Amino acid sequence: MRYNVYLYILVMALVTYLIRVLPLTLIRREIRNVTIRSFLFYVPYVTLAVMTFPAILDATGSTWSAAAALLAGIGLAWWGAGLFQVSVLSCAVVFLLERFLQI
Amino acid sequence: MPNDGKAWFAKGLRDGLPISMGYFAVAFTLGIAAKNAGLTAFQATLTSLLINASAGEFAGFTLISAGASLLEMAAMMLVVNARYLLMSCALSQKLGSQTSLLHRMLIGFDVTDEIFGVSISAPGKLNPYYPFGMMAVSIPGWASGTCLGVLMGNVLPASVVSALSVGLYGMFLAVIIPPARKSRIIAGLIAVSMGLSFLFSKLPFLSRISSGMRIILLTVLIAGAAAVLFPVREEGGIPEKEEAAQDAL
Repeated sequence: MRYNVYLYILVMALVTYLIRVLPLTLIRREIRNVTIRSFLFYVPYVTLAVMTFPAILDATGSTWSAAAALLAGIGLAWWGAGLFQVSVLSCAVVFLLERFLQI
Repeated sequence: MPNDGKAWFAKGLRDGLPISMGYFAVAFTLGIAAKNAGLTAFQATLTSLLINASAGEFAGFTLISAGASLLEMAAMMLVVNARYLLMSCALSQKLGSQTSLLHRMLIGFDVTDEIFGVSISAPGKLNPYYPFGMMAVSIPGWASGTCLGVLMGNVLPASVVSALSVGLYGMFLAVIIPPARKSRIIAGLIAVSMGLSFLFSKLPFLSRISSGMRIILLTVLIAGAAAVLFPVREEGGIPEKEEAAQDAL
């Protein structure tokens, strides 16, 4: 470690906070431009999809249990299960598969 | 849903619970990384209380143990967390124009993938107390997970850690899949996003791009293309073409 750890932590916290807070405080009014509005409307879907796949495949002990959790999650969400249900049942799929089928 | 703070805060607590559980598991592994980088339990917990960003903290701990310069640290945080800039821009449009500066500053403290995803999927304008409720349960989960990770690294059985780590992805799916059922444009967008993300992580040259950079790059590219091809005309809604297509059915 070159500097005091707390100095590093301060820099990390400061930069991260500024990135998060500046758009929220500076953009005060509704953006009227249709293209920018549309872009921001699509951002969450693309970001969350990109973050989920393929990263989920490496999240568990085996690719197969993770793939099963992915399919279960998509199916449950499609048929109307809420956040908590989808989340917990995906975990349960991984746990059961790894525990009892050893995959 | 009544539009008052208390009800939204309570809903935030409820919806924040799965987030908190997922965070706990992820933060646990983060704590192990912090310990390996030479941080004490107090330092790691403090970091998690102040930051709440998994990739950012992982990268930060790596740089600390490598003895990086403070400028390098700042640059790394900028790149790893740049996606939050996009999320905050999107979130700014979800806030009512009368939302106070203090509330904006508090929401900005905890724009995470999960809290953002859940907030953005709430109907209408965002009541600040909804994310506040989620923060109230998820920040303690994140910080205590980090703390325990440092203190008792390998006590939780691997099977439990393994199972808990898909929890966050399950939440992402619960956010993006229901709208995909209603709009073929969104469904297509999700398929394209996952496909390209897969290619970017596997193809020889492209896979050298860090995961943080990949998220930013693909988000700007794909959401940008979609904005040009399928502009959203009306309030908070599904693109016109899509509705016309559904009417025609």
